[in-house]
Amino acid sequence: MHPLRIERLVYRWPGAARNTLEIGALSLASGESLFLFGPSGCGKSTLLSAIAGVVEVPKGAIRVADQDVGAVHGGARDRFRVDHIGMIFQVFNLIPWLSATENVLLPCTYSRHRRVRAGDNPEGTARRLLSELDLSDPSLASKPANELSVGQQQRVAAARALIGKPDLILADEPTSALDEAAKAAFVDLLTRECAEAGTALLFVSHDRSLERQFDRSVDFRDLNRSAA
Amino acid sequence: MLGFSLRSLWNRRFVASLTVLAISLSVALILGVERLRDGARDSFANSASGIDLIVAPRGNSVQILMATVFGVGSTGTGMTWESFEWLEDRPEVAWAIPIQMGDNHRGYPVIGTDGSYFEHFRHSGGQPLSLAAGAFFTGDGADAAVVGAEVAARFGYAPGDVIVNAHGSGEVSFDVHDDAPFTISGVLAPTGAAVDRMVFVTLEGFDIIHAQADAPLSDPLDPAAMPADDHDGHDAHGDHEVTEAGHGHEPDQINAVYVGLIDRTNVLGLQRAVNERPSDALSAVLPAVALAELWGIAGTAERAMRLMAWAVALAGMIGMVVMLSATLDTRRREFAILRSVGATPTRIFALIVTEAAVLTAAGLILGLILLTVATFVTDPILSARFGMRLGFDVFGARELGTLFVIFCAGLLASLIPAIRVYRMTLADGLSVRL
Repeated sequence: MHPLRIERLVYRWPGAARNTLEIGALSLASGESLFLFGPSGCGKSTLLSAIAGVVEVPKGAIRVADQDVGAVHGGARDRFRVDHIGMIFQVFNLIPWLSATENVLLPCTYSRHRRVRAGDNPEGTARRLLSELDLSDPSLASKPANELSVGQQQRVAAARALIGKPDLILADEPTSALDEAAKAAFVDLLTRECAEAGTALLFVSHDRSLERQFDRSVDFRDLNRSAA
Repeated sequence: MLGFSLRSLWNRRFVASLTVLAISLSVALILGVERLRDGARDSFANSASGIDLIVAPRGNSVQILMATVFGVGSTGTGMTWESFEWLEDRPEVAWAIPIQMGDNHRGYPVIGTDGSYFEHFRHSGGQPLSLAAGAFFTGDGADAAVVGAEVAARFGYAPGDVIVNAHGSGEVSFDVHDDAPFTISGVLAPTGAAVDRMVFVTLEGFDIIHAQADAPLSDPLDPAAMPADDHDGHDAHGDHEVTEAGHGHEPDQINAVYVGLIDRTNVLGLQRAVNERPSDALSAVLPAVALAELWGIAGTAERAMRLMAWAVALAGMIGMVVMLSATLDTRRREFAILRSVGATPTRIFALIVTEAAVLTAAGLILGLILLTVATFVTDPILSARFGMRLGFDVFGARELGTLFVIFCAGLLASLIPAIRVYRMTLADGLSVRL
């Protein structure tokens, strides 16, 4: 089973003059972490949207957990996404008025699959994940998310992406709002947790200082022929 | 989903509570107007039952009805006792009750009448008057008084108490007949009708107080103020056993007559006969017709009030749509996050509708609480002033219907922001950019 396998993906934004993505092949094994780097605006986020099934992709081009993303439609795609993919964004990852723990548990409310895999006690799992991500203080876990620092918010987002052991985590520049020390610590925690859970990690960034912490790194410009 | 909506609303509790308040006010207003209307109609309809015809000096039928049955306002100048006897002797008439008006007891109307009143008067769909304590006008003379339940309750009256009446119908009176006191012979059981607020005295007693007034009363609008100087029957009131046949004391002038017929189908014939009686300018009023006429007049005001109430409801709904719509832009990020964790656009659509449902339902509940509190506060005042009760009864089918309509309007209104959100989430996808 491949958490992610891309073959001959061509994507063009509706109305765009030329293709945004032209990717020959890209695949990830379970537990593998991939660092994908490239300058802003080269299509990295579009690739993540395509994998997450937010944009319409041709059939057969993208498989997540051996399922063709292009063949799933509408609400089923939203459910498919939460079942198999955890996502971490650059900033503003959390519902501001929910507590850290409640934010972590969100995928379990929308996905039975994730809930089942989160164990008998999802809340306990959420707390364990938070404490492994250095958020063990109970007062932090019950605080509304908007009272947490940016670094803390990103770690809560990581815990949310990890809960219920999805096959794949897509991280879209999650460290861009963090300082140098926090960046390294965050990536360290994230890669370690992913490896433990057997979750593949696709980490997109323009900051190559993080490159060494991943199993593999790829220059997006080499991968995407349309960008050349 | 519900829990999530509640948390989301709690996060915006200030604006949300204002919205709920606006909706609840409109609910209370709409139901309140309806109840006021129903209460007024019921109390009016209950106050006069079994009276086929009210005969009074010529005047407006609504005015005659208001004055005689509800003790509000007055009739025209007095009608003669001859006219009363003529009426009583008509073959189609089963009974006739003489009515004198124009005095008040501490703001409550005083009715001069005889024992036949208690025998024939019906209220609330045919129930006779009954006593809570004491007796009706007994043989003990002209100074007997029977007080309505509310008058007794308000002033703590019991049989044997002595009361003094005043001239006129206002609550403040300078012309107090303190030289002609009455002794309470009985207290009526509560009826929920206008009689609760009335004081009944004998025709003879009613005349005495005016006969003893030193100067002739000069209120031309008040027939009861006419000096009654011919009281030749007064010295014989020891044998005034009040019976239906003989009215003991015979005043010169009375203000109205309640008439009951043997056969109701004769009512129009009698009405014509009364109207055409040459010696006295009289009007014969059909209570039901006068009541309908009254509602015709009140109808415009009712419609205006109802329109206002629904306008407030509309404003409340618009307020809710504004509140839900205004927050949409700042919540875009929230919706994108929800989608990234698996919420479908339909779920997010449902989230908005659920929030609206919660707001509307909270508005309905708060509105009902407001209405109950308002009823609780105003009921004693309304019943004391106007003899009408709003009642705390469980909601009728029509009220439930109204609540349902408001609830549906809330849901319908929420479709405006919900559809916007649906489109927005589809267009935004997972991008969290703002």
